[in-house]
Amino acid sequence: MTTLSERTADAAPLTQARARRSRRERGIVLVLVGALVAVAAFSLTVGAYSLSVPDLLRTLTGQGTQSENFIVLSLRLPRLTLAVLVGGAFALSGALFQTVLRNPLASPDIIGVTGGASAAAVFGMLILGFGSVGTSLAAFAGAVIVACVIYLLASRGGVAGYRFVLIGVGVAFMVQGLLGYLLSRADLNDAQGALLWLVGSVSGARWQDISVVAVVLLVLLPVMRVLSGRLRALQLGDELARSLGVGAERTRLVLLVIAVALAATATAAVGPLAFVAFVAAPIARRVVGTGGLALIPTALVGALITTVADFAAQHLLPGQLELPAGIITGAIGAPYLLWLLATSNTTGKGA
Amino acid sequence: MTLIGERPASAPSRTRRRRVVIGFALAFVLLGLSIAASLLVGTREIGLGTVVDALVNPDETVTDTALTDRVVILDLRVPRTVVGLLAGVALGLAGALMQGVTRNPLADPGLLGVNAGASLFVVAGIAWFGVTSSLGYVWFAFAGAAVAATIVYLIGSLGREGATPVKLALAGTALTAAFTSLITIVLLADTEAFDRYRFWAAGSLVARGLDAALPLAPFILVGAILSVVAARMLNTLALGDDLARGLGQNLILARIVCAVAIVLLCGSATAMAGPIVFVGLAVPHVARWITGPDYRLIIVFSALFGPTLLVAADVLGRVIAQPGEIEAGLVVAFLGAPVLIALVRRVKLAGL
Repeated sequence: MTTLSERTADAAPLTQARARRSRRERGIVLVLVGALVAVAAFSLTVGAYSLSVPDLLRTLTGQGTQSENFIVLSLRLPRLTLAVLVGGAFALSGALFQTVLRNPLASPDIIGVTGGASAAAVFGMLILGFGSVGTSLAAFAGAVIVACVIYLLASRGGVAGYRFVLIGVGVAFMVQGLLGYLLSRADLNDAQGALLWLVGSVSGARWQDISVVAVVLLVLLPVMRVLSGRLRALQLGDELARSLGVGAERTRLVLLVIAVALAATATAAVGPLAFVAFVAAPIARRVVGTGGLALIPTALVGALITTVADFAAQHLLPGQLELPAGIITGAIGAPYLLWLLATSNTTGKGA
Repeated sequence: MTLIGERPASAPSRTRRRRVVIGFALAFVLLGLSIAASLLVGTREIGLGTVVDALVNPDETVTDTALTDRVVILDLRVPRTVVGLLAGVALGLAGALMQGVTRNPLADPGLLGVNAGASLFVVAGIAWFGVTSSLGYVWFAFAGAAVAATIVYLIGSLGREGATPVKLALAGTALTAAFTSLITIVLLADTEAFDRYRFWAAGSLVARGLDAALPLAPFILVGAILSVVAARMLNTLALGDDLARGLGQNLILARIVCAVAIVLLCGSATAMAGPIVFVGLAVPHVARWITGPDYRLIIVFSALFGPTLLVAADVLGRVIAQPGEIEAGLVVAFLGAPVLIALVRRVKLAGL
């Protein structure tokens, strides 16, 4: 038990602890970046046509053979880039939702935001016969509409956490019903195409999709960086945040808009990649271990999950069966979350 | 041990009792109305007299048009009504038991992953073992429901506070996501299984008919009896683990009874009509609103409201999309969501 005077006299331990913590976060960011680079090297070199690392470097600097150029620059690199970007976007979106609503269940896939995107996209595909651009636009619109509906229904002088989540779960039920209706009424082949889209896949990535996601991330990341300080205040609760000069409601609204934009953009590009948004933030929080929200590690964890999942979906399964990455993120991410729940036994709040 | 019944009749409990009696009468009337509507309403217009006649003397010889009417009633409308009643009772009871045993107002076979477990095993049955009959589905559904319920409960109850509502819901959601991925893997590889699955998953009361539903009735009966047995235990559990233990309640026994009943009820309903969401969530809330916290009454009311809701949803699905129809499961999802939203907006959910 230290008295107040002792503590002011000797603030060094606190500063030391803070320095230790930020050192730890920096170290973890380095490790995650290293892992991401390793995975990237793997997915660019390994495949039906394998390259050596020097070959890869030569190709990336523009001196590869024609076939190397085609395979690396036109097939593998776009796919990898898209996986990294959407992984980061989904992860950040989930992290913002979970932190702003102070609820681990509040990720865009649980509260129906990506579900709204899915239903709109499948409606566009099956009923209106949209192509890929139309489907992406429909997905974006669906996510935004559902988010607005949830916000209007849930806000009663503010978005208190649980009301928002529960109403989101209700909307998700409804969207799921609509999806079931569309799938059961469509022609079998079309329905299977829709099922594939619903899983989420980064195959067939085009630079135009990639540039859209990249621009959105570039615009929103600085805003998030600025607001993340206020986010820390929000985590203390509304009262305390207000006394620290942070307008709780407006900050929350801005952050939610950013989160919806991220989820909508990512879903429009690759489909509702199962579960990345839900698990990335809890995993990052656990790895970093500082309790607070760590934006950069979260985005890196999301990117890592998505790239590893895409690599596994392409290569690790036997036979010629190539699965969409969303299958792996769901099948591997979910058990990992279950394990997290099982081992984090102190708070009772789960992840 | 009675906790509610033996209190001296104070004024609030008298109004409560009147409310329960009126509620009972109303529940029966509503159930009767929904059954009557289910027999009378459809694309083919059939008069009340013909319906009654067909039900009373099914073997009488009649003219050609009357014969068609008869076929429609006896072979189409009666079976789907019976399936709706059975599945509705099962889902209503399962929801009440789940909310009671987890002390979680959000507990629902869908939210806690039990439906996903049953679905995964049924899909595996369809794709790998060539199962086509509902009696074949049911064993897979039971196994899947049991596996999912066990995993969710074990993971949710690890740690210091035991099974808190949030941890259970998280574990259920995570498990649902994992199982959905596995289901999709199977479906992407097997077109025929996907074709059968998408109709099954919509929650139709017509898909499998009476021959498939009736063999499942005994399972639902056993589940219902266990629910009645469990009701008193749930009243004690509602006081919290420590107090319940202090009152001599065997917690493990209570949880096992409830778990067996939930698996039987959810498994049968899922095998019969597909993974229907929402009945299990909404029905106990309506029941609790009428009865108050006594689980013996909540169980009875849930068993009345569940079939009413499901059969009425089926009728509505027939009316709104004429000449086609919309599956009852989809109608319930669409009707249920606004109810949940209204509930959340109005009421502060206790315990969450």
